[in-house]
Amino acid sequence: MNRERVDILIIGAGPAGLAAAIAAREDGISSLLVLEREAQPGGILRQCIHNGFGLHRFQEELTGPEYAQRDIDRARELDIPIECGVTVLSVSADRVVTCVSPTHGLRQIEAGAVILAMGCRERPRGALCTPGTRCAGIYSAGTAQRFVNLEGFMPGKRVVILGSGDIGLIMARRMTLQGAKVLACVEIMPYSSGLNRNIVQCLQDYDIPLYLSHTVTDIQGRERLERVIVSEVDARRRPIPGTEMAFDCDTLLLSVGLIPENELSESAGVQLSPTTSGAVVSDSFETSVPGVFACGNVLHVHDLVDHVSDESFQAGHAAAAFVRGEPRAERWFRVEDGEGIRGCVPQKIQLCPSASVTLMFRPADVFRNASVVISCSERELVRRKAMIFTPGEMASYSLKPECFQGLSETDPIVVRIEKGVD
Amino acid sequence: MEQRITCINCPVGCRMTVTLNEAGEVLKVEGNTCPRGAKYARQECTLPLRMITAVIPVENAATPLSVKTASPVPKKMISQVMEALKQVQVSAPVSLGQVILPDVCGTGVDMIATRPLA
Repeated sequence: MNRERVDILIIGAGPAGLAAAIAAREDGISSLLVLEREAQPGGILRQCIHNGFGLHRFQEELTGPEYAQRDIDRARELDIPIECGVTVLSVSADRVVTCVSPTHGLRQIEAGAVILAMGCRERPRGALCTPGTRCAGIYSAGTAQRFVNLEGFMPGKRVVILGSGDIGLIMARRMTLQGAKVLACVEIMPYSSGLNRNIVQCLQDYDIPLYLSHTVTDIQGRERLERVIVSEVDARRRPIPGTEMAFDCDTLLLSVGLIPENELSESAGVQLSPTTSGAVVSDSFETSVPGVFACGNVLHVHDLVDHVSDESFQAGHAAAAFVRGEPRAERWFRVEDGEGIRGCVPQKIQLCPSASVTLMFRPADVFRNASVVISCSERELVRRKAMIFTPGEMASYSLKPECFQGLSETDPIVVRIEKGVD
Repeated sequence: MEQRITCINCPVGCRMTVTLNEAGEVLKVEGNTCPRGAKYARQECTLPLRMITAVIPVENAATPLSVKTASPVPKKMISQVMEALKQVQVSAPVSLGQVILPDVCGTGVDMIATRPLA
């Protein structure tokens, strides 16, 4: 088998992988390689043809393909090799990457550092335990998006959408504009996890009803989907008998959550967090395996690609520092989720960070007029009030290097939400 | 006349009530918690605007071409614009930003490509 060697190997040429590669190259790493499973770079942005990307990073609203193209162009300017059509099979703890492609067959690449940037996957029907038949016509929203936007097929004519995440909302509009009838968007929670903007511009603009506190309780159809039954749920998310509504439809789209795609990370023995389903990382985005870094949606699911890019630039810089053999931290603060918080990243911070450290997390519920408090032992490092915190919007707070002075690593840094008085 | 508007500027999603006179002019906006909300509500009640994005088939390529309005157009034009796009014939190569349909439906706004197609 061919065996090659590169300084930095990046898995995935979506926004995370591209940004990490650009940062590493700008830091002077000449030997790097990006591997991409698809035929072209750009990742999920290629199929996100709607606008709204890049407001933070470029101060303008771009569509997904336009945002991706900026990074692809920059990568080309920097002469970064991106190999497409390559599937990575495994990553070992000593950073040997095994991959396969139609052109090069099976090969192994030894890497000085590996950056995991594989993105995330949609939760499938099987994860929902929905009763009913196994008929055709049930797709994840992202799969339908790929069919419509990249392959030019319409998956159906009469559509019900389960889950009101942004991809589901975006697909309600896309399917409508491309000629389908979207009958309803059904959300089990009493609130939507999608942006208000998408609820207004993807549902209300087209008079598509949003049923909150409702779920699909039966899927009917022999060969093809014929009907779904939707029921109201109680406060404990159990269907309420007698509330059933039938929708005659040929397509059910699922927009019920995203899960970081960490099979390769696991092959390398990377420790995963049960809350984010992504790697446990330090403030330099290094995983529990030395020299293996993670960034973007494979680390934790983001709302905004701008934040993916930002995080991935940092991961790229950190991987470059690792390859150059710069001194590494040996003592760490632990970061813990306190009350009202889920999935804070990074989970550990070096004792004396030289730059600001951004903590990112999701509120576990909707909180109004509440405060985020970041503290260590008795000392408050940050206290910020906001009118609303919702699980649909990732929160992030920056801690300056001086925040950490005088703190002892025996105490964890705890992030929590303090409820306000309504 | 009163119109109810949900603000889209941030996750707070203020529920605003806009009072209009018979000529359709905005008299007052209530329920907003910041000036951005009032501005959005006024626009939304007088001339709501939307960006339109879509995909169109390409004669000599397997993948469709993604396009957008170069700037927002009146919301009431959405279905007309989608209809006009059905008539467009385009073939590769296409460059990013290339005008696919100039002055779409008399809006003064061009429909442009959002990706290059070799």
